[in-house]
Order: sequence, then structure tokens, then C-alpha cells
Amino acid sequence: MLIKKPSDIKPSEITDQKHYQGRRKFIQAGVGLAGAAMVPGLWLPPAVQAAREKLAGVKASAFSAKEKPTSYKDVTSYNNFYEFGTAKSDPVKYAHTLKTSPWTLTVEGEVNKPGQYHLEDLVKASTLEERIYRFRCVEAWSMVIPWVGISLADMLKRFEPGSRAKYVEFTTLYDPKQMPGQKRRVLDWPYVEALRIDEAMHPLSIMAVGLYGEVLPNQNGAPLRLMVPWKYGFKNIKSIVKIRFTEKMPRTTWAVSAPREYGFYANVNPTVNHPRWSQARERIIGSGSIFTKRQKTQMFNGYAEQVASLYAGMDLRKNF
Amino acid sequence: MNSLWIRLLKPSVFLLCLVPFVYLLVGVFTESLGANPVEYLAHRTGDWSLRFLLIVLAVTPLRRISGWTSLLKIRRMLGLFAFFYVSVHLLVYAVLDLGLDWGHLAEDILERPYITIGFTAWVLLIPLAVTSTNAMMRRLGRRWKRLHQMVYLIAILGVVHYWWLVKKDIQEPVIYAVIYLILMLMRVRNKTSKHR
Repeated sequence: MLIKKPSDIKPSEITDQKHYQGRRKFIQAGVGLAGAAMVPGLWLPPAVQAAREKLAGVKASAFSAKEKPTSYKDVTSYNNFYEFGTAKSDPVKYAHTLKTSPWTLTVEGEVNKPGQYHLEDLVKASTLEERIYRFRCVEAWSMVIPWVGISLADMLKRFEPGSRAKYVEFTTLYDPKQMPGQKRRVLDWPYVEALRIDEAMHPLSIMAVGLYGEVLPNQNGAPLRLMVPWKYGFKNIKSIVKIRFTEKMPRTTWAVSAPREYGFYANVNPTVNHPRWSQARERIIGSGSIFTKRQKTQMFNGYAEQVASLYAGMDLRKNF
Repeated sequence: MNSLWIRLLKPSVFLLCLVPFVYLLVGVFTESLGANPVEYLAHRTGDWSLRFLLIVLAVTPLRRISGWTSLLKIRRMLGLFAFFYVSVHLLVYAVLDLGLDWGHLAEDILERPYITIGFTAWVLLIPLAVTSTNAMMRRLGRRWKRLHQMVYLIAILGVVHYWWLVKKDIQEPVIYAVIYLILMLMRVRNKTSKHR
């Protein structure tokens, strides 16, 4: 009997990755037909395959991270968006009921130009930039996401905030018909988040309207969501319909819901643990192998150089 | 006919109990467990741990209601499967999630109450698994039953462990807790009616 040693395999015999993947897709399709129930998560939910629209005139940004972005599929099928259900697989299945156009943004509070703004006009007036940002969820997992967005500072300045505008509060749409998850009072709807005005005006802060060069999918917070990359994911409020400028610190949804666990600042900080779990490390999201190790979480999610000065002299244990 | 049924009962239940495990294994090998496969494995094995603990607790009330005594023949196997799934759950967490970082594991067990509770439940299951043989049953006599009543405590530890770890939506842990309460109430009622 002839036993082949590994070195006996000629390079030409090794399946090219392209063919290998193609073959695997073919096999998976076959397996799927034979018994989809045996292979968890095999079928792409329909919303992932929904019409994808390219964004034109997107400029690259020097603020982009160097890490390799998480796959489009993972970014768009593993989401926390309780307005569509509390399971991470819910938003991709149910977010298609959200109607994102036309979309009006209400601006109020300590501001010279309050009123109703069409989202289209606001986006047209600004430059679309691709910002590849690290994304760290408070649940200790992370992604790298190529957002397309506009500078939040540019947008807010257009409303001419007054001298008493110390905070900016954002509110998500409340409409249980479009957002079926709101029928259950898991959180105190509508979702509210806020930033200190200097945080909001920081050059890293953006309003995202796209992903991977395309219009933002509903499950990722279409048509307009906040993206402040040095804070935990839940700060980055989705599907925003209202911006209010205030003098007092606004009450934000998670901080109200569990004040011991979620603070107003929610800056990524590996030295301050969540009361129930460690924040020192994070799991990198990516389909496939179960043998990927956790990586260390960085202070301010790796943006300390740019943002640490915002919190000079503050006790970050108290202001978590 | 009856004896054939009894003979087939054990192997078929055995295979049935393995289905969730095989399903997850297929997912691992086809890399189709989604964006966070380790979390998926941890959650699904956790679900099945709780389900098996409750299934074991359901054996006695079901036997009383149905009068179907052959249920007792599979009780030990169901209990061992509960231990199996809890062990796999712990392994997924310690090996895949923490990468066998002992320092991190110790910190989690000591400092995070929901992990302390889950770990305690697994430790308490060990003596039950060890004493599940016929020889041990004979050796322990009356004390065997007392020891194995510890499963009432273990199941509630499992429910609390789950309840404590969810971020906000406690719907599922509540369902497990309600089933647990029903199964326990059925026991209490049976006991009190016996005494009367």
C-alpha cells in the first residue's frame, strides 16, 4: 500500500482558493437543498440581499484605521438594534419595514436655526467621506467598519448652536409599525443618546449614511446614525429623527435603564469593567473559525491620541 | 411488542439527545455559525444545558401523570446528557472563548457572580454523574436519593446564571424559571396529597 506523505502533494494539486470556495458554495447549496435545517445560518436572510445602492463622490479620509474591515455580511447580519428585536439576527430579518425616504430631521433647543430639515439637503451640503473605524460593543466584541458619513461638526454648525448649548441629544424614530421591536417595552422608547458639545464637534465624530461605499442598510441604522468611534457601540444611536441642543446633561436610554452598568460617557476603557463582565479584551467578529483569540481592548478604542484631552482631569471610573 | 419498544427506547432517546450536539458540530465544520461562532456555541450549549436539566426534572411528574414507568429507564441517561451539555458549555467558554487563560478564568469565576453560579452548578453536577452507576446506587442506599435531589438546586442555579447574564431582555430566562416552578410545584402537590 502506498501512503502519500504531505510532501508528495504537488502545488498543482492543491485546490485554488477561488475554486475551493466556489466548490464549497456549490456543496453548501446542495446541502441546503438536502436539509437546510442541519446547517445553522446557511441562508442569507432576504434583507441582506435587498437592493444595494452605491454612493457617489465618496472621499477617502486620513482618519481611517489600517485594520482589515469586517466582512459586509457580518457587519450587516450581526446587529444590536432592539427596535427590531433583541437577538442579533433580528434586525437583518425585520428592518425592511423601516421607510427611510423621505426623512425629516427635527432640530430644536439652544440653537439659532431650529426647524425641520430634509435629510437629503443636509447630506448634499456636506462632503461624503469614507471613515474606516474600529467599532467596540459594550458586550466585548469588535468589528472594523468602513462607514460613509459626513462630519458631525459641519452638520451641527449649520444649525448655529447658541452659547448655552452644552450637550447635543439625539432621538431615534418611534413608530412601532415600522419598528416592531418597540411593541415590547424592553427599553424606554424612543431611544435617546447624547454627547457633550465638544465631543460632538470632534473631527472623528460623524453622521454615517453609508457602509462599504453604499447606502446604509436599515439594520445598521439607516438613513442616519451617529458614529463616535472611541465610545461603546450603544452610544451610536441609529435612525435619528431629532437633534436637540441642551444646557443640562440629557438622560440617555441605557444610562436610565441600568445606571450602574452604563454611564453617560461610555468611553471604551479596558481598565473599567462592566459590573458583570471584563472590558479588558474583545472578541473580533468574523464568520468561520472558532479558534480566533480575543484581542486586548485599547484605551478609547485606540483613539486616545486624538480624544484623551477631552477628558483631562476627569475621573473615568466615576464618569464611565 | 412491548419488550421491543423498551429495547428500542434507550438507543433512540440516546440518538435524539445527540442531535443538538451534532447540529452544532456540523455548523463548526461548515463554518456556518454566523458572525460570532464562539458566542453562538456558548449560547446554544447553554440553552441545551438548561433544557436537559428541566427535562430530567420533568421525568417524575410525567411518569406520575402518564403512569408510564419506562420513563424511569431513561432518566439516568437524560441526567448524564445534562451533565454532558453543561460540560461542553463550560469547555466552549474556557477553551474557545478564554483560550484557556487560567488567570482570566479564575478572575471570572471569583468576580463575576453569574459565572460563579454557573461554575458552581457544574461542580455540583460532578458527584451526581459519578454516583450514577448501579453500584453506587446500591452503595449509597438511602443517601443516594438525598444526594441526587441536589439537581433541584442545580437547575435553579442554571436559571439564575442565565437571568443574570442577559443585558435587558429577560423573556427567555423567565420562561425557564416558570417551567422550573411548575415542575417543582407538581412535586410539592404530590407530596402533600400523599401525606393526607
